[in-house]
Amino acid sequence: MSHVADTPAQPIAFTRNAREALADAQLRRNFRGAMDALMDKRRNQFPDGDELERLRAFGNRVRARALSKLPDLLERLEANLVRNGVQVHWAETVEEANAIVHGIAERHAARKVIKGKSMVSEEMEMNHYLGARGVDCLESDMGEFIVQLRAEKPSHIIMPAIHLNAGQVAKLFHDKLAVEYTEDVDRLIQIGRETLRRNFFEADIGVSGVNFAIAETGTLLLVENEGNGRMSTTVPPVHIAVTGIEKVVENLRDVIPLLSLLTRSATGQPITTYVNMISGPRKADELDGPQEVHLVLLDNGRSQAFADGELRQTLNCIRCGACMNHCPVYTRIGGHAYGTVYPGPIGKIVTPHMLGLETTRDLPTASSMCGACGEVCPVKIPIPSLLRRLREEAVRAPAAEPHHVRGQGAKHSRKETLVWRAWRTLNTSPGLYRAAMYAGTRLRGLMPADIGPWTRYRSAPKPAARSLHELAREHLGEQ
Amino acid sequence: MSPLSSAPANATRVAPPLEAARSYPAKPADVYLFGTCVIDVFFPGAGMDAIRLLEREGIRVHFPQAQSCCGQPAYTSGYTDEAREVARAQLALFAGDWPVVIPSGSCAGMFRHHYFELFKDEPETLQQVASLSARTFELAEFLLEVCKVRFEHTGAPVRLALHTSCSARREMNTHLHGRALLAQLAGVERVEHDHESECCGFGGSFSVRMPEISGAMVQDKTAALKGSGAAEVVSADCGCLLNINGCFEKQGDTLRGEHLASFLLRRTTSASTGGVR
Repeated sequence: MSHVADTPAQPIAFTRNAREALADAQLRRNFRGAMDALMDKRRNQFPDGDELERLRAFGNRVRARALSKLPDLLERLEANLVRNGVQVHWAETVEEANAIVHGIAERHAARKVIKGKSMVSEEMEMNHYLGARGVDCLESDMGEFIVQLRAEKPSHIIMPAIHLNAGQVAKLFHDKLAVEYTEDVDRLIQIGRETLRRNFFEADIGVSGVNFAIAETGTLLLVENEGNGRMSTTVPPVHIAVTGIEKVVENLRDVIPLLSLLTRSATGQPITTYVNMISGPRKADELDGPQEVHLVLLDNGRSQAFADGELRQTLNCIRCGACMNHCPVYTRIGGHAYGTVYPGPIGKIVTPHMLGLETTRDLPTASSMCGACGEVCPVKIPIPSLLRRLREEAVRAPAAEPHHVRGQGAKHSRKETLVWRAWRTLNTSPGLYRAAMYAGTRLRGLMPADIGPWTRYRSAPKPAARSLHELAREHLGEQ
Repeated sequence: MSPLSSAPANATRVAPPLEAARSYPAKPADVYLFGTCVIDVFFPGAGMDAIRLLEREGIRVHFPQAQSCCGQPAYTSGYTDEAREVARAQLALFAGDWPVVIPSGSCAGMFRHHYFELFKDEPETLQQVASLSARTFELAEFLLEVCKVRFEHTGAPVRLALHTSCSARREMNTHLHGRALLAQLAGVERVEHDHESECCGFGGSFSVRMPEISGAMVQDKTAALKGSGAAEVVSADCGCLLNINGCFEKQGDTLRGEHLASFLLRRTTSASTGGVR
C-alpha cells in the first residue's frame, strides 16, 4: 500500500487556529456549557463505577477480538452482504471511495443526494466531490444541515453544530431560509424539518454512515435520534452506506455491549430513538425500502494503524465522542481549531494515519497528557499512550527503520535532539548533575523574568537557594 | 487487503487497569527517597519536609546522592531512548529491598508503571523494573497505607483546597490518599473547587509548546481555586504547583499552593509514632 505523498504537505496551522479560538469568548462559553452538560449526562448513565469498568473491559475485548480477525471478518461481511443483495465496494483511498459513489450516481443519472450523518463521508469530502460533478448533496441530520448552511465543517463528531447557540442558529435560519427570527429551539427544529422533508422524496440517492457492520448476518447497523437516518436509507431508490473497514464486528451479540457503551458515552442516552438494521434492498414482497443498497468500505490509512500492535488500538474506536467531551483542550478551543475531520483526542491519534505526520505533526503534542480521554473511552483505547507513541514517531529520524507511520520524523530537529541528548548526559552523570544544580541554585538571581511562552501567563520559576540534594546531604550525610 | 492479511494475528493489546487494588507491606525501618528533579531545584523544602515526616514515623531515610530525574520529560516528549538511559541510571540506585517513597505522584507513576514499557525489550532489566515498581509508593500513600499514620491537626482551623495531578490521580490514586490524610485532621475543612478533576494545564513541555492553551487552562484553574473559598491550597505534585503558583504570582495574587508534605509537617502532630515493627 502506498502512502507516500508526492509533495511534502504543509502542517495544519493548529497553533494559530487555537489562538483564535481561545480569543472567541462566545465559542468558549458555548463549548464549556455543552461539554459540561454532556459530561453530566454520561455520568448519570454510569452510576456504578465498578459496573462501568466491567463494561469498558468487555467492550475492549469485543473490539480487540474483532480486530484480531479483521481480514476474515471483512471477507465474511462481504459474503453475507452479497448474499443479502447488497453490493460491496472496497476503497483504499478517499479518491477511490468518491469515484465509486460518483460511478453509482452516474449509472442512475442522479442529481440529488440526501445524506444521513456520516463522518466517513466527511473524511471523503463527498459533498464537495459530488457537487463539483453536478450532484447536489443535502445533509439531513439537523446539526449537519446547520453547518452545511454555514459552509462549515462539523465541530464535533456526534454534535456537528455544538459550537453554536440557539441565537446563532436563529440568525442563520432567518438569513438563509427566509423564515421568522426565533430562538425557540423546538420551533427552529421544526423549521429545519419542514425544509428537509420534501428533499427525502426528491432525492435519487440516500447516503448514510454505519455504526456497526455485522459480519455473521451481513447487517449494517445505524443509530440516530432524528429519524433522518431511516428516511435517508429507505425513501430514495438507492442507498449507499460508507464506512471504515474497522467498523466490522463478528455477530449481533457483540453489538449489544458496544451499542450500550456507545449511546451512553456519547449523548448519555440508554438507547437512541432509532436503531436501524439494514440487511439488504427491498424484497419482491416488500412495500418500501431502496431497490439498491451499496456499501463502500474505506481504508484511508486504517491498515497502517492495523499493522502495528500498539497503534491498532486506535481502531477500537466506536466514535462516541466522549474523549472530546472530557478533553480540557477540546473544551477550550472547539473542534474547528484542529483543522481535521476528527477533532479532539481521537482525532489526534487517528488523523496521522489518514493524512500522515507531515500535516498533523502538531496534533499529538496538543495534549497535557492529563488522561481524561483514556479514562472515559468506552473501549479503553489508551489515548495518552498512543499520543506519546506518535510523538516518538514524529521526532524519530526520518530514515530510521522500521517505518511505522507515514510522515515519520516530521518533527525531527537536530537541535532538539541535541538538547535531549544533553539532558540525558546531565541526568546520567552524577558529578555533572551536582555541578549543574550548584550553578543553577547559586546563579538563580540571573534567571530572566521573561522566559518566552511560560511567562506569558506565569511568573518565571525561581530555583531555590540550595537543592534538595544539598539539604539532604547536610541532614542525612553523603549517601 | 494485503496489509491487513500480513499483520500479525492477535497483535491488538488489551489494556489492563492501571492501578488496581494494591496490597501493602508492613512498616519498614528504612526507605529510599526519590526527590524528583522539580523538587530538587524549585521545592527542596517540600522534599525535606517529606524526609522529616518519614523520620517522625521512626523511619530511616536514605537519599542516594546520584539520583536525578525519573525520565518522564523525555518520555512524554517522545525521546524514548534518552528517557530509557536516565531511567536505567535510577534503577541501579534503588536496587535494595527498601521501599522507594516519592513525594510526587506522576514521578511515582513513571517508576511504577511506565518503566515496564521503557524496558520491554530487556527481559533481565524487567526483573529490576518489577522489583522497583512493587516497592514504589507516593508519599501520601506510603504514610497512609504503610505507616498507617494517625495525624492530629494543630493550630487554627483552616479551609483548604486539594489539587491533584492528573497522571498521579489516574496512575497512583493520589487524590484518595491525600483526601484520607486531610480527613484525619479535625481542624481542616477541605473544600471542593470548580472542575476539580480538570487538568491545570502544566503537562511538562505542553506548557511551552502550546502556551496559549496551557495558559487558558491554568487561568481557569487559579480562578476555580480562588473561587472555592479556600484560604490555602495544597498539592502533592510540584509540577502543577510550579504552574499554578506561577500563574497566581503573575496575576498579583498572594495565594500560593504548597506541597502536602509541608502542610502536614507544619500543621500536624503524629499519634502513630509507636514504632517500627
